Amino acid sequence: MSKRDYSSTELMICIAARLMEDGTGAFIGTGIPMLAAALAKRLYAPNLVPIFEFGGIGASLEDLPLGVGDIRTFHKALMAAGICDVMETATRGLIEYGFLGGAQIDPYGNLNSTVIGDHDRPKVRLPGSGGANDVGSLCWKTIAIMKHDKRRFVEKVDFITTPGYLDGPGARERAGLPAGTGPYRVVSDLALLGYDDRTKRMKLLAVHPGVTVEQVVENTGFELIIPEEVGENEPPTKEELRLLREEIDPHRLYI
Amino acid sequence: MEVLEEGRGELIQPPDVESFRRWLRENKSMALKDKLMTEHEAVERFVHDGDYIGFELYGTVRCPMSISREIVRQGKKGLKLAGQGLNELDLLIAAGLVEKLDLTYIGYEVHGLSHILRRAAEGGKLKIVEWSNAAMAWRFKAAAMGVPFLPVRSMLGTDTFRYSAAKAARCPFTGLKLTLLPALILDVGIIHVHRADRYGNCQIDGISGFAIEMARASKRLIVSAEEIIDTEEIRRYPDRTVIPYFLVDAVVHAPFGSHPGDMAYMYDRDREHLQEFLEASKTEEGTRAYLEKYVYGVKDHQEYLQLIGEARLEELRRLAKGR
Repeated sequence: MSKRDYSSTELMICIAARLMEDGTGAFIGTGIPMLAAALAKRLYAPNLVPIFEFGGIGASLEDLPLGVGDIRTFHKALMAAGICDVMETATRGLIEYGFLGGAQIDPYGNLNSTVIGDHDRPKVRLPGSGGANDVGSLCWKTIAIMKHDKRRFVEKVDFITTPGYLDGPGARERAGLPAGTGPYRVVSDLALLGYDDRTKRMKLLAVHPGVTVEQVVENTGFELIIPEEVGENEPPTKEELRLLREEIDPHRLYI
Repeated sequence: MEVLEEGRGELIQPPDVESFRRWLRENKSMALKDKLMTEHEAVERFVHDGDYIGFELYGTVRCPMSISREIVRQGKKGLKLAGQGLNELDLLIAAGLVEKLDLTYIGYEVHGLSHILRRAAEGGKLKIVEWSNAAMAWRFKAAAMGVPFLPVRSMLGTDTFRYSAAKAARCPFTGLKLTLLPALILDVGIIHVHRADRYGNCQIDGISGFAIEMARASKRLIVSAEEIIDTEEIRRYPDRTVIPYFLVDAVVHAPFGSHPGDMAYMYDRDREHLQEFLEASKTEEGTRAYLEKYVYGVKDHQEYLQLIGEARLEELRRLAKGR
């Protein structure tokens, strides 16, 4: 696709927006998840309830938040609570989805946003867990949004900040995490991925327009499960792009 | 209760609830006392070298920046901090005042990573113990409840747990494996609010983050407020008091006290200034120059605001989102 009229970021936002489910609560983190939630609320899931970790529940998302505590995370919201209330709501099993990012992801969906290299003398010190560990521990289904390359999709993350399936089937429950929770989808700039029910390892679901299965494999640092049938995602529609560029992020803070 | 696992991180502040009780009884009073004072006096009287300090804020929102800058100006050393913030931690780390950090997140969200945290951590100059956001808030909640720990379901199975000072234990009722979070009792808590009276009764607009829990987990508590209001106003809306006066040791009147951060319904974040800070903090020299100009180079918060300029402040007021 040499002449596509959208960016990778815009594509990831659209794919993530289409995953959002109407009438459910979803933890929204900074960046792409905010744009995806704003887009979903306008097109696919008007009754999506965006939940921000510092207390905003059910914001309108008419204006794009700049962070998870920003006033826009509770503008025209249903509740302006605090972090304990929100995280306890998740602990009780009331929050369905969580959107996450990270610097590294492994085949089991474990995420690293703490350090590259050794913890006590890191090569790169990243911001730390923030609410990511809680979201990944407590939501029913987590969706990771990441750029796709071998440095990010790695066999073993340098630090498990946020739990995926840890080291395989049953590991979350053995660790004490709530039963039946875990990674659900990965939205990358090359493909949409999911997890194999039996092995809990990442598997390819659908490639983005113009991307081949080989490209996805080449850019993944571990063995990816490739099913016999791989779908192809629809490119962003004109309406999605118009909303993103004109209404959701007119100042191009993220896109 | 059978302990199954332990994080290897240092337990920087022991959850000694018995001495916390005694301390509170001896040092707090239910008497209505005028506690209004300047940043200088509040920091001089209530922050000491070697203290464990917590700041309540999230991202750039409701940051007690005027107090943070005063701590840097007074050069309080060997501090231990609860890190769930941004600019205030960066300033203290950059000034070389921080020894140990219970960390959940230091980053600038949309604006990127913290250069100062990176330099300090990558140079091995800072001892860091890891936690999640909820874990830190729940640690304050445990202290607020007056119990030494709380069982929760976060952090299990991860390196965040392994590099924390939490423990995991078997629940005596259900057999579930749980994370036990040690209560975090602060030597000093610092919170910026929308309104307070001179005794320390506080009102916050919008989300409360973890202010309610942290205020109750602090031996000493400094509150700065955008506006000082009459106690009659507090009495008219007692349901709005989220921090009661008897927890508070100092009340500081600090309009634009969150700058360059924002304050819900009052003023927006100063994106230009944050950008200037991030650019400066890329190098040690740049950071020193920034501290020289905006912290050491001004006498107090009033001078700082003059340096920022009324025109800019007016613009930030104009950009504030309404309800």
